[in-house]
Amino acid sequence: MWNWIHRLASPKRFYHFAGSASRWFGIAALLFGLPGLYLALFNSPPDYQQGESVRIMYVHVPAAWLSMFVYVNMAAAATVGMVWRIKVASAVAHASAPIGAWFTFLALVTGSLWGKPMWGTWWIWDARLTSELILLFLYLGYIALQNAIEDRDTAARATAVLALVGVVNIPIIHYSVEWWNTLHQGATVTKLDRPSIHWSMLVPLLMMAISFTALYAAVVLRRVRCEILDREQRSGWVRELAGKS
Amino acid sequence: MTETSLSSALLATLRRDLLLAYRHRSQLANPLVFFTIVVTLFPLGISPDPVLLQTLAPGVVWVAALLAAMLSLEGMFRSDFDDGTLEQIVLSPHPLSLVVLSKVLAHWLISGLPLLFLAPLLALLLHMDPAVMGVLLATLALGTPVLSLVGAIGVALTVGLRRGGVLLSLLVLPLYIPVLIFAAGAVGNADAGLEVTGQLALLGALLALSVALAPLAAAAALRISLN
Repeated sequence: MWNWIHRLASPKRFYHFAGSASRWFGIAALLFGLPGLYLALFNSPPDYQQGESVRIMYVHVPAAWLSMFVYVNMAAAATVGMVWRIKVASAVAHASAPIGAWFTFLALVTGSLWGKPMWGTWWIWDARLTSELILLFLYLGYIALQNAIEDRDTAARATAVLALVGVVNIPIIHYSVEWWNTLHQGATVTKLDRPSIHWSMLVPLLMMAISFTALYAAVVLRRVRCEILDREQRSGWVRELAGKS
Repeated sequence: MTETSLSSALLATLRRDLLLAYRHRSQLANPLVFFTIVVTLFPLGISPDPVLLQTLAPGVVWVAALLAAMLSLEGMFRSDFDDGTLEQIVLSPHPLSLVVLSKVLAHWLISGLPLLFLAPLLALLLHMDPAVMGVLLATLALGTPVLSLVGAIGVALTVGLRRGGVLLSLLVLPLYIPVLIFAAGAVGNADAGLEVTGQLALLGALLALSVALAPLAAAAALRISLN
């Protein structure tokens, strides 16, 4: 197992592995996403209070989950890249940032669209919305720092420090904003003993969450492949690959 | 060469930074003038109504303090980076994080502490209740060191870049939000006659956490920037 992981750290092996893995994750995203969307949009009950607009949840909640998952994943990959000098891990962190920023943006937009019929306004300074907005700022800062440093390895290490600082800060920001103001409905899925959401809504929600996660994996692997090619453009195997096609 | 002890090295760093600041007194005043002007803009932009200003005052003073602290951050490492002093500091046998901590302390003494003396005056301009002044000063005393400490990480990351200024604010301001929330919240609560010890305790916790961790992160970032 360790041996396998160890060999995967070589850019060439990872390039080939990522190619097929990305394809499988893409297929998984479709397999869960299409039926998930069907169930969510056509075959799940409207909420007894919120009516049909509850269907926004099936995009909003997975996007919000992913926005946080991607940040933690990005920080973990960046740390692995910095501590063990594994360039593939740094590439994963690098490739994750824009995807995470888009998920955050998607969560904000769908939240705003959902807020209009529910709270009667596009934007409200609610705790979760605000911390999601701050998360977007953290992503933008990360991307800006990445773009500002020309040398790739320096950029990877500098952004790793920033990602770690961000990971320490996210819970602090989250709870400070929470105490500051909250209006948002409480979590309904993570109460493990008995979720207060009915299974006919839970099933499509979880399918969408799995689909979004698989989509993230597929896209990030694809981006990492491009970065490996760019990084290794002078090495023999890339030249061979380019000559072949 | 003789070995200097750690404490004398840290004291020397502190003394040097304070002396340098004293020799450039005009630069010392700039953040303070900026702080004053920003606070003055709010009554002009919103309304001179005393009741309204009184409710806005804690937030306005704190947002201005945040911006003023950010403006002065670059000075922490910039000139030392340009003239090569920073490389010598990194080469010294003493732990870099502790040297960074004494540089941060110097920065706070120069830019954070003066805000404490200026803030009561501005609070009066904004019709803040004089009874609240003590709480405002307490939040500034606990909060501004956090700004310097967290800011040090941002400066250390961007010091090698030619145009790091705007980027620095992008990196640092989101991290300042908890300080703003607890500090302005405490002053607001005091104004409403509510309990403030909770928020002050949280500010103290933020300070303890950043004293412990921020120098390490800033030292790591400096090493990367110098490469």
